[in-house]
Amino acid sequence: MSKRTIVPIGPYHALQEEPEFFKLHVEGETVVHLDIELGYNHRGIEKLSESKGFEETVFLAERICGICSTSHPIACVQAAEDAGGIHVPERALFIRSTVGELERIHSHLLWLGLAGHFLGFNTLWMWAWRFREDVLSVLELVTGNRNHYGMMKPGGVRRDINDTDIPAIFTLLESLKDPIAMFRDAVIEDPLLHARTRGIGVLSREKAIAYGALGPTARASGYDIDVRRDHPHAAYGMVDWDVITCENGDVFDKAVVRILEMFESIRIIEQCLNQLKTVTGPIDSNPRFVAPGEGIGHYEAPRGEVFHYIRSDGSNRPVRHKVRAPSYMNVPTNRETVLGETIADATIILAAVDPCYCCTERMAVAVDSPGGGRLWGAQDLIRMSCEKTYELMKESGLRGPAPPPYAAAGHTRNWGR
Amino acid sequence: MSGNTVFLEFLLFPGLLFTAVAGLLTSWVDRKVTAMVQMRVGPPLLQPFYDLRKFFVKETCVPEGGAAGLFLLAPLVGFAGVTLASMILWRALLDYEATFIGDLIVVIYLLVLPALGVILGAFASRNPLASLGGSREVKLMIAYELPLILAVLVPVIQANSIRLGDLVSAPAPVVSISGVLALLVGIACMQAKLTLVPFDMPEAETELSGGVLIEYSGPPLGIFKLTRAMMLFTMPVFLVVLFFGGAVTATGWWPKLIGLLAWFVLVALTIVIRNTTPRVRTDQAVRFFWGPVSLVALVAVVLAWAGL
Repeated sequence: MSKRTIVPIGPYHALQEEPEFFKLHVEGETVVHLDIELGYNHRGIEKLSESKGFEETVFLAERICGICSTSHPIACVQAAEDAGGIHVPERALFIRSTVGELERIHSHLLWLGLAGHFLGFNTLWMWAWRFREDVLSVLELVTGNRNHYGMMKPGGVRRDINDTDIPAIFTLLESLKDPIAMFRDAVIEDPLLHARTRGIGVLSREKAIAYGALGPTARASGYDIDVRRDHPHAAYGMVDWDVITCENGDVFDKAVVRILEMFESIRIIEQCLNQLKTVTGPIDSNPRFVAPGEGIGHYEAPRGEVFHYIRSDGSNRPVRHKVRAPSYMNVPTNRETVLGETIADATIILAAVDPCYCCTERMAVAVDSPGGGRLWGAQDLIRMSCEKTYELMKESGLRGPAPPPYAAAGHTRNWGR
Repeated sequence: MSGNTVFLEFLLFPGLLFTAVAGLLTSWVDRKVTAMVQMRVGPPLLQPFYDLRKFFVKETCVPEGGAAGLFLLAPLVGFAGVTLASMILWRALLDYEATFIGDLIVVIYLLVLPALGVILGAFASRNPLASLGGSREVKLMIAYELPLILAVLVPVIQANSIRLGDLVSAPAPVVSISGVLALLVGIACMQAKLTLVPFDMPEAETELSGGVLIEYSGPPLGIFKLTRAMMLFTMPVFLVVLFFGGAVTATGWWPKLIGLLAWFVLVALTIVIRNTTPRVRTDQAVRFFWGPVSLVALVAVVLAWAGL
């Protein structure tokens, strides 16, 4: 019997509470094909960014993702600094890395809990999130917010880490080591977790490179990349730490990479805090403008490399702001990993890349997919919008311009700028 | 015994009302202990009752294109089954003269009904996820019924009877090697029969978003939940009756204490298992029950035959 049915996961994910649509084409319980549809929640952030000043752009970048809410700002301010050749004081670099690594710990704990939940292991879920709360409390202590820290600005950071707060952060880091070691042992030793995750959803090193996989997804497949080491930024070149890699690329290895990375994050934060005791000076170089030019900013977010590009024309706003979130590269690897697996395994495989759908949103372009779904492209949406405006104007008795003749002319026209 | 007494026994004690209340309280224990394991506070004592009341004031939605009659009747199948099974078990515990020959087999059949009702409802709802869950439930049933029947054979061989009254008046099988092995098998099968983690793949909230129950709402869903709570109460009772037999029905207060303790340990074990394991795949569950579990059950039967 090989009747093909479609099992939908989406358009609103029951667990990740984000808009995405995975169509699992299954024969029996075996997945034979996967359609990925994103673009349900396009927010036009890049366009919006062009109407904001450079400092406001950072807040906007922060809203790209609630979990990577300091990764995007760091990449964004680095792009602006790169474009304008802005100097950043050393103390600010250590603060950036501290906040970034605290965020990595909370993000990885969040993923670990969700992975447990996906496997029906709710105790792991609750415990991971219980310890994540402590990390959030420290983030609140350091930045004033549990999420969306508002710490970054071109030229430095907004808030200093007080010397009086540093012992509390050290205490937290100490108290986190035991739970994380417990999670490590629980994952590495639990035979049932092995049965569910070992050899499941394997992404080979070649495929990881071919898909351009990033972050823990790539590192679990033995693809040794990490922009923190490869293109040192913030304080990563000034502290001692290791890049964690595994070999097999299955769900198990992805979990192991993330858990071991939390230990590295603790190492980095401890060194940064020790440095903060001696490195004094300003935390902000207070740039007055961003000189004309182009700049790029990388940051190794918990999910992989975040990339921002900013072009400045010397005014107070970027003329172009381009964002690429890591899930944009990682989510398509699901097409490789999920094939031949069962539906039972599909959910954890799809979750193993630690997807973050809202960050990956792009204007969808119509493609010829086996699912046959029709998607609108950017030009279609602009045309429809113009037509709708024209209709409304006609209805209300106002005369407007005729809709632009896209379909007839077949060319694109640069609207706006 | 007059028809009226039987009717009352079915409706009040030890039938419907008693089992329902006891089941809901057991489900509270489950939720509270789970919460404590997970470092949460957990619900108040009467929360399962509030939940049930809420189910009964909610709207019943029948999926378009589904078999409406079957869809609405399916919850009642399992509900009736578990009520009757509980009543027969408790009558055996309270007054073992009141049992009849072959009631053990009746109880085994009745305890299949909840799973059967879920399967019927799932397929009647005409939802792909429910159908998937239904087929998983079928596979799971096929997997655990074989070792369960083998485990039940052990007390039957020891007491040389298929009448519950004889089982509960015979010496407790659990003091023999075969009895212990069979009880372990029974615990594994109970976990699957209750569709609790690691054997909750028919529902698998995270894979099938509720699977078999996805289309249910309002009172029918409430009845399913109630049935599940009653099963959580009744299945350990079933194992106590089978494996502790004479030890809990002897005169005096301490046998009753042993019975209560045994029941509570079984419930606690179920809760602990469900909170310390991830969900397994259907094929892994089938392999588990037909492999090691059936083997242990078979060894237990042979040992029982040899008088051990």
